[in-house]
Amino acid sequence: MRYWTTRRRDVLTGYLFIAPQLAGVVLFVLIPVGLAIWYSLNKWNVFTGKQVFVGADHYAALASDPQLPNVLLATVAFSGGVVVLNISLGLLIAVLLNRRFRGATFFRTVFFSPVVVSVVAWTLVWGFLLQDNGGINGLLGAVGVDGPNWLQHGDTAMVSVVVSQVVRSVGVNMVLFLAALQGVPSELYEAARMDGASSRAMFARITLPLISPTVLLTAIITVVGALQSFAQIAVLTGGGPELSTTVLVYYVYQQAFEFNDIGYGSTLALMLLSFVMVLTLLQWQLRRKWVFHEQ
Amino acid sequence: MTALAVLALPFAVPTIWMVAASVKPLPEIFKAPPTLWTEHPTLAAYGEAFTFQPFARQYVNSVYIAVLVTLITLLVSSMAGYAFARIRFPGANALFLVVLAGLLVPSEVTIVPLFQVFKQAGMINTHWPLILVTALAAPCVLATFIMRQFFIALPAELEEAGRLDGLGRPGIWWRICLPLARPALSAVAILTFLSSWNLYLEPTVYLTSPELFTLPQALTRFTDAYGADMWNTQLAAATMTVLPVLIVFVLAQRQFVEGLAHSGLK
Repeated sequence: MRYWTTRRRDVLTGYLFIAPQLAGVVLFVLIPVGLAIWYSLNKWNVFTGKQVFVGADHYAALASDPQLPNVLLATVAFSGGVVVLNISLGLLIAVLLNRRFRGATFFRTVFFSPVVVSVVAWTLVWGFLLQDNGGINGLLGAVGVDGPNWLQHGDTAMVSVVVSQVVRSVGVNMVLFLAALQGVPSELYEAARMDGASSRAMFARITLPLISPTVLLTAIITVVGALQSFAQIAVLTGGGPELSTTVLVYYVYQQAFEFNDIGYGSTLALMLLSFVMVLTLLQWQLRRKWVFHEQ
Repeated sequence: MTALAVLALPFAVPTIWMVAASVKPLPEIFKAPPTLWTEHPTLAAYGEAFTFQPFARQYVNSVYIAVLVTLITLLVSSMAGYAFARIRFPGANALFLVVLAGLLVPSEVTIVPLFQVFKQAGMINTHWPLILVTALAAPCVLATFIMRQFFIALPAELEEAGRLDGLGRPGIWWRICLPLARPALSAVAILTFLSSWNLYLEPTVYLTSPELFTLPQALTRFTDAYGADMWNTQLAAATMTVLPVLIVFVLAQRQFVEGLAHSGLK
């Protein structure tokens, strides 16, 4: 059979091999995004199940939603808090671990271990520790401090969610920073040391500039991850007290699945998608710069 | 060293606390000042976890779903990753970009329409959405990306040798490339297993019967008739869901950490 040359067979194999993955993306990602756009242009009647085309009504509703400013504020506070703490703490731990000493592997394991603990289990334990009569206030009481009811006040609730999220996920950034730190040529440090530079100066003048691309990329990956944090909020605070910890993802869930407002829920979901896309495209641009930087 | 030890406390204490509290009698859990160990350890809460809801069944659900999802992802991503890396076919670059788009879209965005679609298909309150979406969407795209990066680096001579031995493309993929890809495959297996095991939003949305629940979802249901948390039962159940993964992690932590560092997150 002349027809089945190796080349033709190769091409066919190529298509067959990617078919399941391609079908998965089309069916479970691309078509749903298209549907979300369609849903956002329709109003659904929960009782009759009928939908009516309403055009841009839901988009106009964004502007007049009295809760949305609070939600966006909480989203910025949560994502911003997570990224600042996650980057600074991740970098601090990586620098401390990037030396040869007995127990380095032990500490790396400890710092990384929350990453493999399921979010819900981790959050439950924090919820338990943060209660009015929980372990953290118990410890504070032992040293004579009267701790607040962490999850019942707006400010402390947000701080609690951010901190429990950072401690759970900073291990990933720590690993990425460790990899970046190991890429800094040691000759640079030796030369600087000969010139009498302090370790603080070496960190500011050598380490930080050389790993800054990793810092930027990690920051964006962390923000994108924080924008998608659902379980932490749902389990620890349920978005409360008031709206203080209702971030966009949680608001999408509430609108779509608690209030059954499919149309408005989809509109909010697309807003979330646009945030994530802008950040990802930014990351793509930086990655290019980063590759250039390395050459 | 001291700085590290102090810094490590919030990372280690919650897990240790969870295990310790799960064997304490209930009144002792809220003792002030808190104690780490108890004079009267009891496993009662562990038994209660199994009688309060079908916890054994939920455990089986989580295990079988995670294993199935991991196996499907390994197969699908290694095939797609191999094709994108080593086979030249028209449209490969464009199709690769289409697949990568799967990484760009958070699952929270697609879950609203997917819920409607699965409802139409009569798949709500079944495990199908959890298996299909996790095995073929975002986590699998990341896996395909990792596999492609790995296969690109393989020397071409290996494939030539296979071809001379009379192997076709599928044979080269299965007999030569996959055995070499063990590090990438184990990174993919770890990441996929964890993402399925820890899934929370999806089961919450798709499942309503307790006997179909997965573990993270089940953990939040240990509340008494008044909606108050049954803390010791909850912590015992949490311990049982966390410990197996934690033990595997400590034994294979090198692979976990390196797998993650090489997962293309860089």
